[in-house]
Amino acid sequence: MIKQTLTPAFPSDDKRWRIVETAMKRSNYQADALIETLHAVQEAFGFVDESAMQFVSARLNLPASKVYGVATFYNLFQMKPAGEHTLSVCTGTACHVKGNDQIVEFLREEYGLNPGDTTPDGKLSFIGARCVGACGLAPVLIFDGKIVGKLSVDEMKQKIREWVNDES
Amino acid sequence: MMTKSVTTSNLAALQMKYFHQFQQRRIHVQHFTFWGELRPQHLKETRVILQHSGMIDPREIQEYLAVGGYSALAKALAEMSPESVIDEVLRAGLRGRGGAGFPTAKKWQFTRNSPGLPRYLVCNGNEGDPGAYMNRLLLETNPHSVIEGMAIAAYAIGAERGLIYCRSEYPSTIQTMETAIEQAYQLGLLGKNILGSDFTYEMDLARGAGAFVCGEEGALMESIMGRRGEPRVRPPFPSIRGLWAKPTNINNVETLANVPHIILHGAEWYAGIGMENCSGTKTFVVIGDVEKPGIIEVAFGTTLREVIYDICGGIKGGKQLKAIQIDGPMGGCLPSAYLDMPISYDSMQAVGSLLGAGGILVLDEDTCMVDLARYFMEFTQGESCGKCNPCRNGTTHMLEILTRICHGQGRLEDLDMLEWIGEYLPQVSFCGMGQAAPEPVLSAMKFFRDEFEAHAVEHVCPVHHCRMPIHAMAAAA
Ligand SMILES: Cc1cc2nc3c(=O)[nH]c(=O)nc-3n(C[C@H](O)[C@H](O)[C@H](O)COP(=O)(O)O)c2cc1C
Ligand SMILES: Cc1cc2nc3c(=O)[nH]c(=O)nc-3n(C[C@H](O)[C@H](O)[C@H](O)COP(=O)(O)O)c2cc1C
Ligand code: SF4
Ligand code: SF4
Ligand code: FES
Repeated sequence: MIKQTLTPAFPSDDKRWRIVETAMKRSNYQADALIETLHAVQEAFGFVDESAMQFVSARLNLPASKVYGVATFYNLFQMKPAGEHTLSVCTGTACHVKGNDQIVEFLREEYGLNPGDTTPDGKLSFIGARCVGACGLAPVLIFDGKIVGKLSVDEMKQKIREWVNDES
Repeated sequence: MMTKSVTTSNLAALQMKYFHQFQQRRIHVQHFTFWGELRPQHLKETRVILQHSGMIDPREIQEYLAVGGYSALAKALAEMSPESVIDEVLRAGLRGRGGAGFPTAKKWQFTRNSPGLPRYLVCNGNEGDPGAYMNRLLLETNPHSVIEGMAIAAYAIGAERGLIYCRSEYPSTIQTMETAIEQAYQLGLLGKNILGSDFTYEMDLARGAGAFVCGEEGALMESIMGRRGEPRVRPPFPSIRGLWAKPTNINNVETLANVPHIILHGAEWYAGIGMENCSGTKTFVVIGDVEKPGIIEVAFGTTLREVIYDICGGIKGGKQLKAIQIDGPMGGCLPSAYLDMPISYDSMQAVGSLLGAGGILVLDEDTCMVDLARYFMEFTQGESCGKCNPCRNGTTHMLEILTRICHGQGRLEDLDMLEWIGEYLPQVSFCGMGQAAPEPVLSAMKFFRDEFEAHAVEHVCPVHHCRMPIHAMAAAA
């Protein structure tokens, strides 16, 4: 009985919490599994918000500050939901020297987006990636997971304009 | 799939059987070359660890067996003691490919002799350098060579459990590795009583979550244990006190991939490749202004000129070479005068930088060195873990100054300030990241001082890369 009252309830009746629960169970609720658990949250929900951190903290018996510390340390864990569509611009060295610095500038000027931003209508997120490991294709853009490489700066701008128009 | 465990006695027969199957489907070779990234071998290349990449299907363990895979593990288990494995690697002269070139056999020896059980083996596949994907390519084109290398290393140091830490930005690498580990378990090449011996080795994969500093060995262990990836105090070295306070041996992906070749062909063969004190080959990713960017594998001692002009086709568009930047965001740059320098850990150290993990950035005459220095500092500042003050604030301060200079708001004193912080950081930073952070800036300032002065004092960018404010341009004109 006592055990049950101590067990924290899921933050909502969203079924996806079960996936998170399974991930923690698999590692026997060990504190070591914190990063794996946050991966599960991120994969299930697309982001790690405060209610998720509170839940994980209670379940793994870790201070909330530790969970927050880890979640904010790693680039992969996002605190806010991403937009419907995502444009990742590789800002790694190979892509930087081949003109992606100008694309970052272009997105700022044309759409008012800095790396990490999402448009107010929640349609488009812009992510600055740290080298996606396809440097031979530099400069690399990723439109919703689809890699496009080896374009000139003007071609990239053109492609982004077209894509934004098509998707909105 | 019907599976039967592989043992030392049936290994050769299985390899033969799969080789026949393999020969029949060689037509599809190009299919596995990782987005066409891996070119056919150039005459000046020496391929050891990449020799099967692109030829075999990384998703099928049979293909690795077909090219003689796991023979080295079988040989080590059947014919060699752990000590003689270490001795073989020592005589081969294998040095750590993670950046520092630390002798691998010595590290294994330290871990083996360290009190405390169990011991752990960790393969460092964090590969965070932007503009480099050597480890990724190897893991995705020949995952079993790394698994086999790890199993032999585990046997040598007496570890029963190993982990490979993969960068989360490479989901396809994680998938390939997971499949490979599963298949190796199915054939009894991992797990209990491997190849019918009494050696047991369990292996897992740990995922990163996007942090460059997690490539540092202390931070790597913290991350595996579910914590913030902040480096640890050294000593104690991981070999004394590592994961869960037990002796832990950490090696780079490429280091471990060399091991099966050493065991199979012998230390003398391996020591004959490359240079004295720096044997074997190294993979490099050459990026920037070359005709043919991409991944190459060359013996140590090959010169930068051969790499850039022969293997990679020279500077794009017939332009002039300006500088070569080695080892990513924390490496130094060299002007073209160093083209004939043979590549090795020691030669790089002699010119004041490190060979690093294998990124070579080639820059032509149109490159702005100040902006490049700013770019690297932006990376380091963003990735600084924040544990220690000098690195956290020093990189921030250096970035502020460089940004100011690139915007035409610099002053001459700024250059002195950059040098001052740059000399200070290596002495007081907690880990290698802060220690090496100023290197791109300092080396660029050393060789291209006039360009920094043009930016900071005259407020002009000699190659017209940086966008200076109009009034600054007018004042300079
Ligand atoms: C900031 C920083 C990042 C590093 N990143 C990596 C990395 O991505 N991969 C790697 O193998 N070693 C990396 N290292 C080096 C490791 O700390 C360690 O020396 C290496 O994994 C040892 O392997 P080796 O002996 O096979 O070279 C990094 C070091 C520092 C200071
Ligand atoms: C003076 C010195 C002593 C070392 N002693 C050990 C040791 O006892 N055990 C060990 O595993 N590694 C030892 N190492 C290797 C380091 O742990 C590390 O892998 C290597 O120096 C690479 O450094 P990095 O992580 O900064 O790249 C030693 C390195 C140095 C420079
Ligand atoms: S001295 Fe400052 S930087 Fe260092 S630990 Fe204390 S508060 Fe942090
Ligand atoms: S030098 Fe930088 S990366 Fe290393 S511990 Fe200090 S803050 Fe962290
Ligand atoms: S730098 Fe863009 S993919 Fe590597």
